[in-house]
Amino acid sequence: MKMKIGMCGSIESNDCLIVIKNNKENGNHIIINSIVGDFFYEQIYEVIAITLKEKNLNNVLVECTDKGALDYTIKARLLCAIERYLGE
Amino acid sequence: MDKNNGIRKYKTFINSEDYKNHPRKLIDKKNKADNTIWLKSLEDVFDFLNITDGMCLSFHHHLRNGDYVLNDVCKVIKKRNIKNLSIAASSIFPNNKPLVELIENGNVTNIYTNYLNGPVSDAIVSGKLKGELIMNTHGGRARSIESGEIKIDVAFLATPTVDKCANGTGAMGPVACGSLGYAIPDSLYANKVVLVTDNVIEKLDQYDIDGKYVDIVCQVQAIGDAKGIVSGTTKITKDPTGLKIARDTVKLLDEIGLIKDGFSMQTGAGGTSLAVAYYVRKLMEEKNIKGSFATGGITSYFVKMLEDGLLKDIYDVQCFDLDAVRSYKENRNHHGMSASMYANPYDENVIVNKLDFVILGATEIDLDFNVNVTTDSHGNVIGGSGGHSDTANGANVTVIVTNLVKSRMPIIKEHVTTITTPGSDIDVLVCERGIAINPRRKDLLEKVKGSKLNICTISELLEIAHHYTGKPKPSHHTDQIVGEVMYRDGTIIDHIYKK
Repeated sequence: MKMKIGMCGSIESNDCLIVIKNNKENGNHIIINSIVGDFFYEQIYEVIAITLKEKNLNNVLVECTDKGALDYTIKARLLCAIERYLGE
Repeated sequence: MDKNNGIRKYKTFINSEDYKNHPRKLIDKKNKADNTIWLKSLEDVFDFLNITDGMCLSFHHHLRNGDYVLNDVCKVIKKRNIKNLSIAASSIFPNNKPLVELIENGNVTNIYTNYLNGPVSDAIVSGKLKGELIMNTHGGRARSIESGEIKIDVAFLATPTVDKCANGTGAMGPVACGSLGYAIPDSLYANKVVLVTDNVIEKLDQYDIDGKYVDIVCQVQAIGDAKGIVSGTTKITKDPTGLKIARDTVKLLDEIGLIKDGFSMQTGAGGTSLAVAYYVRKLMEEKNIKGSFATGGITSYFVKMLEDGLLKDIYDVQCFDLDAVRSYKENRNHHGMSASMYANPYDENVIVNKLDFVILGATEIDLDFNVNVTTDSHGNVIGGSGGHSDTANGANVTVIVTNLVKSRMPIIKEHVTTITTPGSDIDVLVCERGIAINPRRKDLLEKVKGSKLNICTISELLEIAHHYTGKPKPSHHTDQIVGEVMYRDGTIIDHIYKK
């Protein structure tokens, strides 16, 4: 049976916490809560959207609580969360 | 202080040397009535001095987050519903939350301070203060007071120990805090001076505040909580990035020939600045070098250097930890000094002008080397100059130490959100990816030719930062000014905007 939630990361400075779960048939939905959202919201959104596309995920809800993580940190946390979400 | 006399009365900043074109302005030192009055409560002080609407009350911040006096005075103001007061406090910390209600209710309408964070800062940035917020420098506040620009009606000075002649010291008492340097201008020029204390002894041999200026001694139960006095950041950083920055800084100082017999220095109390002090000490021991003095806010690292004979003197305006307080009491070469002697551009003995180098921090620095330590990139007030622009102007070499990126925010900007210290007074930026020297300092650039250190331009460092973080979207502020950043000479160098 599939896990309902995949989670990875932390809410330490320079890191982010990613939570991914099923979004039924409603497409992908990305929620970003970032301390640097005023400056980097679009960039964070793009990293998450592209990664979901790479992984062929279409109906997931991703919540990113960001404390100033760089793009590669966000991507790594998301990939790990996806594996946990899809994992047996 | 005139009520609501408008923000536009101040001149605009020209340059950091312009003060030399204007003479020092001095009002007469205060004259007190013959005898000091001894009272038992702040209520009695308000009655005796008839503290009423529109007055200016001043405070110092030597007890930092442990201070009770400002808050206790706030209680009396609230109870009596006195209106339109100005508060001239050398700093305002998170524990001064009771001020928020007084601001909202129009009891306090003007604020003059050198450093501001916490709930009071949030209230002001959201537009609640009806009059003006002026953010001074430590030296600028002394200049403001002695020139009568800030006209203090009553100074409420928290004083850890007072003797029977009304002399006051911070060296001892239940909440001993060391030097009372920031309170001295208030004691000389306020119309009425009140020492608020919880410890009275027979006689003091040495004191910070001279009883001949003291009108009232108010004996209360407690003036503060000793646990709140120690400054938050007084330990060497453990962060390897901060340590690398510190090591590179000391290598650079050595290469430009500043670490030599008789040199003088100041470092802030931040973790990286203290690491610089640590590596300076190591180098001094390796090369058998003896310095002359250290100054500023004093921590145990400088105390140890004094005690071990690496420094001859300490000039102390403010103790940052309890070792400094102990040393201030015991060591004859650990001297107290007033904010004026520390940093007032017009003081004939001003210490900052004798500094070989100063190590400072930055929340933002821009391509012109302007530094912001007043606001964050969101426009919240998170501090203020303190002695930043004073020491940057006075010292021969001013070094900013900072991480290139903090929580994804590049510290280098095209333009800083708020200018605290003008770039003309900033000489070097050291971060983990390289060292940028202000092109104005051709002498320094000459000295580092052939250096193994990674000397680059500040634009190159900005590019490196953007490579990792991406380019941040420009931030926007409203047009409504809620505060002014006043340079040490009394001119306005930048504005603070409503959020």
